[in-house]
Amino acid sequence: MKEFIRIASGQGYWGDRFDAPIDQVREGPIDYLVMDYLAEVTMSIMQKQKSRDPNLGYAKDFIRLMEVLLPELVEKNVKLITNAGGVNPVACMLAVREIAERKGLEGVRIAAVYGDDILNHIDGLVASGNELRNMETGEPIEKIRDRISSANVYFGARPVVEALEQGAQVIITGRVTDTGLTLAPMIHEFGWQWDEWDKLAAGIVGGHINECGAQASGGNFLAGWKEVPNMERIGFPIVEAFPDGTLIITKHESLGGLVDERTVKEQLVYELGDPRDYITPDVVADFTSIQLRQIGENRVKVFGIKGQPFTEFYKVSISYFDGYTCIGQLTYAWPEALEKAKKADEIIRKRIEYLGLNFEEIHTEFLGYNACHGTTAHQIADPNEVVFLIGVRGQNKKHMETFANEIVPLVLTGPPTVTGFGGGRPRVREVIAYWPALLKKEEVTPKVLTIEVV
Amino acid sequence: MKVKLIKLAHARSGDKGDTANVGVIALKAEFYEILKKEVTAERVKAHFGEMVKGPVERFEMPNIGALNFLLHNALGGGGTTTLKHDAQGKTMSTALLRMEIEVPDELFAGKD
Repeated sequence: MKEFIRIASGQGYWGDRFDAPIDQVREGPIDYLVMDYLAEVTMSIMQKQKSRDPNLGYAKDFIRLMEVLLPELVEKNVKLITNAGGVNPVACMLAVREIAERKGLEGVRIAAVYGDDILNHIDGLVASGNELRNMETGEPIEKIRDRISSANVYFGARPVVEALEQGAQVIITGRVTDTGLTLAPMIHEFGWQWDEWDKLAAGIVGGHINECGAQASGGNFLAGWKEVPNMERIGFPIVEAFPDGTLIITKHESLGGLVDERTVKEQLVYELGDPRDYITPDVVADFTSIQLRQIGENRVKVFGIKGQPFTEFYKVSISYFDGYTCIGQLTYAWPEALEKAKKADEIIRKRIEYLGLNFEEIHTEFLGYNACHGTTAHQIADPNEVVFLIGVRGQNKKHMETFANEIVPLVLTGPPTVTGFGGGRPRVREVIAYWPALLKKEEVTPKVLTIEVV
Repeated sequence: MKVKLIKLAHARSGDKGDTANVGVIALKAEFYEILKKEVTAERVKAHFGEMVKGPVERFEMPNIGALNFLLHNALGGGGTTTLKHDAQGKTMSTALLRMEIEVPDELFAGKD
């Protein structure tokens, strides 16, 4: 057994810095690279791409990365685990195989983890008694059944471990939890049992620290953002995992960024619910058991983690079409910028009424004044400029388009010294809403397919 | 004396559907007890006023000197539905750190 393994975070979300994973591989030793590509809305976009072309439905940026990085991964024997497969992990795997063949990487194994996509099984699942109620609101699935655009179960580390046991160098999954990507190599390397709750929980904590990329290593760091060196080439976090479940959070020395107790704490609380009850498919982790200790420059030891048995459910992420939004904006300059923006708001609202447009919500914010902090913001006497933002939400697309045509005319018909209309008419966007639900684990089985490049 | 919470704590916020989470972390270990006493769920709810339409829940994390708050119905329907500029509640962290709390006079004595 290895004394410890290094699991490097390569990406916090689809659209994160492209060269971060390349730096993780080139700037120092790592054993695993984990990359998160998926969010609720991403699955819906990918499902749409797949419906147009059955060979699509995964993160194409990942293929662009593999063109650059795959030979080095193989040469350095770094294993890569990513959920870039989206709603079509097998197609993504085949695209990576094509690259591997072209680059002459014979013998390399690539795996796809799938079976999470239940979009075409919803009716059957409901018919056999799975309610798929919205776990936040309690509403029945019937309410949105004819508008569903994607539906995926969140798998945990198990199928990823299976792929590792089949010798896969690159593992491409569908909707596997972000934390599971980091936990899986620990189970595989250290032979942890599926009921060693404390160790599994430690792996989940490592996964939570890795899952948002540089957010654990100096990015978006409130307590000391001015202290963070070389943010233009920030080092993403690396979790050094030990067989007993101890972790050391660090980063490559040659890169920028900062790892200290404060950066790790900020990431630990990110998107956290009840800290004693961090539910994943493999274990329920207790975040109130986590102990941190700075043990060197850019090195934080994480230990003492406790876990409890998993629940009998998988979480399901269902996305559905829910009407449209449109947000328009104009910039008003000093003097009386805020008054002008407020007048513009009044005019648009009267126009909406005059034109008989129906919306579920009309929302105004003044950017530069109170858009972020709302009623908690402090008063500014005489701002130099204010961006007037007005958004509407509703089901009627025609009304949306009429609204979109109402913003720019204000330049010549409304309050003076106005600019910022260069983008023209604001875009009408489809709303893809999100429906979280639970599903009994026995209803779905993860599938693993490993192929060897010849 | 009254000071803004930002003198005692740092924070990070994010979204879970229409719920925003704000983790408030003591800048020094000895500040945690003050945070625990002063930054109650009720006062956080009052601080945000109409911005948070649902209840506020608080969870204690003495192990890292932090309090985690869940602000329900605070994001205009959530990430993809909302009309808010800050769709994911990313800046709710410092909005909360604007809150004024009572601290012992000697806590910052002799400093600025």
